[in-house]
Formats: sequence, structure tokens, C-alpha cells
Amino acid sequence: MSSLFGARVQRVEDDRLVRGHGAYLDDLGPDALAAAFVRSPHAHARITGIDLGRALGAPGLAAIYTHGDLPPRLAEPLPLLIPHPALTHGRTPYPLARGEVNHVGEAVAMVVAADRYLAEDAADLIEVSYEPLPAVVGLDAARAAVHLVHADVPGNRAANAVQEHGDTAAAIAAAPHVLELDLQIERSASTPLEGRGVLARWDEQSQRLVLWTSTQTSTGVRAAVAAKLGLDLTQVDVITPDVGGGFGVKIVHPWPEEVLVPWAARLLGRPVKFTEDRSEHFVASAHERAQQHHVTVGYDDEGRILGLDVRFWHDNGAYVPYGLIVPIVTSTQLLGPYKPAAYRVEFDSLYTNTVLVTPYRGAGRPHGCFVMERTMDALAAALDLDRTVVRERNFIAPSEMPYDQGLIFQDGRPLIYDSGDYPALLAKARDLIGWDKFPPLKDAAAAEGRRIGIGLACYVEGTGVGPYEGAHVMVETSGRVKVATGLTSQGQGHQTMLAQLVADELGVPIADVEVVTGDTRRFGYAVGTFASRTAVMSGSAVTLAARKVKAKALRVAAEALEVSPADLQITRGMVHVKGDPDSGISLGTVAVLSNPLRYAFDDAAAAATQFAGGSDPSKPPVAPDDEPGVEGRAYFSPVRSTFASGIHAAIVETDPDTAEVAILRYCVVHDCGPLINPQIVEGQIHGGVAQGVGGALYERMAYDEDGQLINASFMDFLMPYVSEVPREIEIDHLETPSPLNPLGVKGAGEAGVIPGAAVLAAAIEDAEGIPIRSMPLSPSDLFELRQAREQHPRPGADARPGAAAAPFPAGSTNAG
Amino acid sequence: MNGAGGRQGEELHELRLTVNGAVRTARVPARRLLSDCIRHDLRLTGTHVGCEHGVCGACTILLDGAPVRSCLLLAVSADGAAITTVEGLAEPDGRLSPVQQAFVECHGLQCGFCTSGFLTTITAGLRDIPQPDDEQAREMIGGNLCRCTGYQNILASVHRAAEIIRERAGSRPDAAAGAAVETPAGPA
Repeated sequence: MSSLFGARVQRVEDDRLVRGHGAYLDDLGPDALAAAFVRSPHAHARITGIDLGRALGAPGLAAIYTHGDLPPRLAEPLPLLIPHPALTHGRTPYPLARGEVNHVGEAVAMVVAADRYLAEDAADLIEVSYEPLPAVVGLDAARAAVHLVHADVPGNRAANAVQEHGDTAAAIAAAPHVLELDLQIERSASTPLEGRGVLARWDEQSQRLVLWTSTQTSTGVRAAVAAKLGLDLTQVDVITPDVGGGFGVKIVHPWPEEVLVPWAARLLGRPVKFTEDRSEHFVASAHERAQQHHVTVGYDDEGRILGLDVRFWHDNGAYVPYGLIVPIVTSTQLLGPYKPAAYRVEFDSLYTNTVLVTPYRGAGRPHGCFVMERTMDALAAALDLDRTVVRERNFIAPSEMPYDQGLIFQDGRPLIYDSGDYPALLAKARDLIGWDKFPPLKDAAAAEGRRIGIGLACYVEGTGVGPYEGAHVMVETSGRVKVATGLTSQGQGHQTMLAQLVADELGVPIADVEVVTGDTRRFGYAVGTFASRTAVMSGSAVTLAARKVKAKALRVAAEALEVSPADLQITRGMVHVKGDPDSGISLGTVAVLSNPLRYAFDDAAAAATQFAGGSDPSKPPVAPDDEPGVEGRAYFSPVRSTFASGIHAAIVETDPDTAEVAILRYCVVHDCGPLINPQIVEGQIHGGVAQGVGGALYERMAYDEDGQLINASFMDFLMPYVSEVPREIEIDHLETPSPLNPLGVKGAGEAGVIPGAAVLAAAIEDAEGIPIRSMPLSPSDLFELRQAREQHPRPGADARPGAAAAPFPAGSTNAG
Repeated sequence: MNGAGGRQGEELHELRLTVNGAVRTARVPARRLLSDCIRHDLRLTGTHVGCEHGVCGACTILLDGAPVRSCLLLAVSADGAAITTVEGLAEPDGRLSPVQQAFVECHGLQCGFCTSGFLTTITAGLRDIPQPDDEQAREMIGGNLCRCTGYQNILASVHRAAEIIRERAGSRPDAAAGAAVETPAGPA
């Protein structure tokens, strides 16, 4: 039917970017004043005084602001973006601290000066006096609640939430076997190469604000800034320039800087810019991941899960502007492709004196996947069953789709899987990694004194969440097609992918299609880019809008050509009678004819003027139910999320001496529905896998007991270089269409990262014969696990301190 | 209170650089980083700053032909030098350089922020090792961070770039190594 859907189209974004002609936030506004922030050096403290005296004479200074300077609306706490009934103690930060700071890096004062150097000079001269308070760092401290982060939040508990289907306690009590596991996963962060940034320009004459911000939601920022500054939406344009990566952290809004910078720009009558530096990004944006889980699972002799009870604790950092999305996603997506007969999950979301926790690629799913897949492996070990067999016995069958998990998902809608074929995925994964051929390889390696292990991990990922996205498609009189959708891009290749869809629908060359995202001047209604939703949401919206445009173009052309619209088609931008591609008119001409003119601006336009003839003088030039122009606007709002799925499998080698982990093979089997652009999807998988490897083996946020982040630089926070990622990521696709959108697509942005910790834990466990219950796992961690095993070589003993005993035959392999 | 550029008390130094083949001058304080000078004084914003401590490599430029991290140099220390930024990599006729072209073909970039540093690094790397094997290609990009691509397609881009250099050099194998890099005139 179409030529570009499914094609490896080269990205339209790239020519500009490889020439260095991209326009990222800090590339804009060369005339702008620069903002710098005084940030708290304490994790928890009362502010007892702020002395600006020495700073006021600083060269190039334009202004200094503290909380006391803020007007009433700005002086309030920032919005709690996603309220939830279980979030009984939601706390959000003030744009500038009001009397108390709750994490290192919290903004206390804003300095505006001629350039960033001078702004930092002045900031250094501001003397803030603090009375330090006890810092609550880590989940153990948060749970113990000896000290409180917020004095008015008992037990440090922001929320407690429970979901259940079936009678889990009874199911576990009646189960032939019961296993308990304690599992944990540490903090990591999105860490895009470009930090946050915002530039504001206020025009006093027109009373309008233009705001550029490195965000994942321009419409969200627009609404929040308008509300905070007391402006009408029509007074505020928000433009997302090129964005140097997001991965979740830039969906949070408004950041303090996003409201303070435009406010200052208006006060000062000068453009003002804030560009976050790397050390600020570590302590003043957001982290993710940290959770502790206690799992109780009841199962039968075949390994079928009869009852699954998960109790977990989520470290939400100092504030919860993004609500409970991460733990809700964990608690629901934990189930993956499985159907426990009964499931109960309860979590506490707890405050700590650390950077706030908001979604990072995967957004709660990697933790859930880790917990479920570790449980599956433990269960297989206990029954001495192949790990793939146990999984298969618990899979939801394709015939059971759509499958209702009996829970409420992160969008407030029932957790109903739309489609998927998990047995087919497993068969592909076994084939790709060579699961059945592994045991002799392992034995051969062992004979050489080498330790290798294999593991796999399955996941289901709710993608394409609502509520909606929209798009506008317009044919210019030049024949070029302009497309706008409101969500934003951070490098995913949206312009290419969306142009493919529009070019297909309209029958125009892709070179004639130009897509703009994240610019409220072009499209004002949107939600944002998160949850792997762009292909589903904006992909569907541009498709529907393009269909409207095509219908209109055919109708206008049919009148001009005096044929029926049903007899026409569009090929390479020409509207023509089917089977006769040479006799037609161009889409550009159709655009001219669609707009009855009084004034001609060129020869083509003359054809649409009032004395050119052709229109029926008894009718109005534009019919009552019609509009001028060949353009269309459409919205897509699905009833609920789509559910992509996949399986990762890996073979690792652990060094007997250094305990380093080498990834020998990494295989991905992935089902995101039909692929619009396989090259882009595979790129998303590659990047996700690298982040998954980072989260599994290298990345952690190292807070000391005082709440200082001691590895807050790229020197010490170990983001993978090429030397840390698998040499080759082997990929196979399955394409199970979704019934929930016109394209059948599901979304692919986060899939690569989700099973990273789970699959590598499984493979390391297989290589070492030691239960792995906590990630990330550094060589030192593995070395300590080995030491613990040597001291307590009892089979079935869980070597990790604080972890419950789990039956795991030492040295056993579950493969084959 | 003062407008942009107001720098009471800070001594400015005259700086003369050959940037992408053209002589440029700037007056900067001694503490100004070369990366900031390139981006904000010379307005060549294709060079990006990702960490400001020399670890990520996004700000890599070629200084007298050698790849350096412009965030680790003071602008005044580069006085008199010839530098090539990402804006100077394309062929004189506007065609993408082999490394740029390879990144486009191999989907070697996503957000594009780290890309400038990879392009300059690989441009210099292929001049030294025109036909890298996989190990050499990994070594070549081993000091640059990318958060988007997982490096797979960047590695593919290194190999493809080497191939394009050879293709463009045509039957002149002697010209292959340097064609894309040091001689902006490019292959005949």
C-alpha cells in the first residue's frame, strides 16, 4: 500500500546536525543576560540568613533574587503535576528555597549578570548562613524515619498505595511452594549530554513572552509559565529548540529555572538565559531507579505462580512534582508477560534528602522487570527447571489477548494488554542466543578455567499512553507539505518518522514534507514526549490529519478536473486520474484553487482570483461547511495504552580474579508492532541497551551519609563509553499489531533499557552460581559476594546481607 | 548594573586564530575557555559543551590538526593557532565530509549533541589510521561519550567513513588518508 512505512529512510534531521548547524538552547540568545544559581551545599538545613552585601558590587551584575523577592504566585511551591489519591503528603519545591533546603543543589538565590562567568562570580560572593539538620539519605534511613525530611510528613511517607487482584494471601497460603526474595536496585539518572536550559525574551510593546526551553513538553511549560506569571496562554510562545537528549528528566516542568528566567527577563526588560552545567545537572535536576522490594511468591510443582505478593519502598527524593508515576509503573509493569493467579502489590513512596526522583527511560519498568525476572529465575532454580520453561508456563497466551491484569495503569485506565505473542518471542530469543547449545559451551569454558553464564529477561512495556496528541498538516501553494505536532523531540528522529507517514498518506516525496515539533506557535495542544508514545500518538494524529488533507485535495482537484474524487489518486505530488499519471494537477495548484482569492501574487495565484472563472456564481466561493486551504487538523486519543514486549538474552564472562564482567553476547527480540523505520527503532534499542548495561554494571549515585553526591561528574559517574557496551547487539523483531491505533504501532523508545539489569543479573548468577539480588553490580560487589560465599558455602544461603534465604543450588546451571 | 560585555576590572587580551581557514580575532579575559570563545565570541555554536571537565569529548576541535578538548584550554593559550571546528569539516563545495556522510548513512547520531566531538575526533583518527580494524575503531572513539546511540552505529560510521574516503580518493590510494582532513581542497 505504501512505500515509506517500514523503510530505512535516512534521517532528515541529520544534514543540519552533522554540519554543526543545530540550534540547541545555549546556541540561542547571544545577547541574553546569563543566570547562575546559588545552590545549597547541605542536604538538609534551615536558612538563617542571606547576605548579598559583597555581591551587590560585582561587575556586570544585573540582579539578585531570593525567595523574598518573588511575587505571590511565584512564591508558592511549584505544581504537583500528577496528583493521585494515594499521594497524601505531596510536597514540591519552591522556585527558590524558602527557609529550608532539602537536598544539595536546591536553588537558594538567582543571579543575573552580563555573562555566565560574571554571574558565577557574583553568586560566589553571596553568603548564605545555614543551620544544618539531620539528613535522611537512602531507603533504610527513610524507612527507619528516625529523622524526617519534611517535619509535617510522618514516617517520611509521601504515599502508600495498594493494588490487588484475587486473594493473594490465601493463594500463597495454599500454594505447594513459597519463596521469598529481597531485591534492590540503586539510583541512576537520565544524564543527557545536554543539560537543562531556558531562554526568555519579553516584548514590552506587545506584552508577549517567547520562551525557548530544552524540554520534553512545550505545552506543559507554556501552561505552567503562563499560570505562574499571570499571563494568558496567548501571551506565551514556548519553542523547543534542538534538544541534546532527554530520557525523561526533561519531562518535569516547570523547573524552577523555567519560571524564574522569564520572570526576570520581564522585570529586567532584557533576554535572560540559563544553561545548566554538568555539576548542576547531577544535583539540581532529577534521578531515578532506587527501590527495595520484598517478594513472596507461591507456586505449584510445575512452576506456575499461584500468588505473588510484592512489598516495595520507593525513594522519591526530596520532592514529588511528578507524583507517583514511577512506583505505579513499577507496581503494574512488574507483571510483564505473566499471569499470576493472584497478585498484590503495596508500596511506600518515601522522602529522602536527595535529588528528586522522576522518570528516567523505562520509568519504573527496569525495577519491576528486575524483580519479576529474578523471581522467575529463583523459582526455576528451586524446582530445578529450565528458566525458559518456567517462564513459558506463566505466559499469557496469544489467544487470551486482550488480557486484563485487573489493575489500574499509570494513565488511570485498566491495565489491559492489547496484543502480543510471548511464546513466539521466546522461541525467537532461544534461537537467537542459542539457548539450548549453551551448556556444552559453558562446560568447555569451565574446562579452560573460564566462567561464562547465560540469562534472559522478558518484559512488557505500556507505551503510547494518552490522553492525546494532535497534528496539523497543510499543503503550501508551492506543493510543499508542512506538518506540525505539539510534542517535542530529543533526537529520536521524529521529523523523519512522521514525514514518512505523511508522505505515504499524501503521495508526496518525503523531501517535500517538513515536520515541526514542540513549537506552540505551530500547534498549541499537546501532552509531551514520554512513555514511548510519539509513534503511537503523533504518528496516528499526523496520519489522520493527512487523510483529511488528502480527502480535501481530491475534492478540490475533482472539481477542477470535472471527475469524481473516487477516480483520483496522488502520486509524487500530482493529483491525477487513476491509471493516468500524466494528466493531472499538482498539489500546489490544488492548494491555490482551494483558496478563492481577490488578489493575485503570482501567475499560479491568478487562477484562483475572482475573474478567472470556474466558480459557480450562484454559490458562495467558500461553501458554508468548507474552509479555504488544503489543510487538516486531527487528534488521536486512544482508549488506553498499547503494550510492546520483548526478551533480552545475554552471555557474560566473569573474571575469576578481578570479578569484572564482560558481555560476550547481547540479543534483543523486540515487538513494538509494525516498524515505521527499522533503522530508527534499532537505534533506539542500541541506545537503550547501553543505558541498561550502564545501570546494571556501572552507574550509581554515590551519596554519602551527609547527603553529598560524591560522584557528581562524568569522571566519577561511570556512564558507558564504547568500551563498556556489547560489541554487537543482535536484534530480531516480531511485529504484532495493536488494535488500538490506525497504524498498529506500539512505541519503541524505552524497550532497550528495561531488562538490562535483569538479564545481566541472570547471566552473572549463572556464571557464578551466586544469587544476585541487587544491581548495579560492580566488580567489588561481585568480589564481596564471592567472599561471602566462601565464608558461608551453604547451598541455599543468600549471600547478600539483608537478603532473605532463597533456595539456589550453588554452582547449578539452569540452562538446558 | 551593566549590560552584556560589561567587565569592569577584567583585562582583555587580543586573540588571533585561524578558524576553519579564516583569520578571526577576539578580545577575551584570560580565564575564558576556548570552548566558550569559539561558541560565544566567534559564534560557532556547532562545538558543544557536555561536561566542562574534559571527560565527554563533545567539545573536541582540531588544534593545529590534533584533536583537543576545547573546554580544557584557555582561549588565550590558543593564540596564533589554526583550529578546525565541526563547521569546517564539510568539503569546500558544501558536500558533507566523509565522516559526516558516514554518520548520516549509518544513523550514527540521534540527538546530535555529542556528534561534533565524534566527527572531529574520527576525522583526525582516520588521518592517522586510514583503514582501522574494529579494535582500532573502538579505540578511536573510546574517549567520547554518547548517551543516545549505544555506539554501535558510530562504530559503523567509522568504518563507512574510511570507505568513503577511499571511494572519493578514487584510484589515488596515496591520497586516501589525508583527503578528507588536512587538505580542504579535497580530492580532485
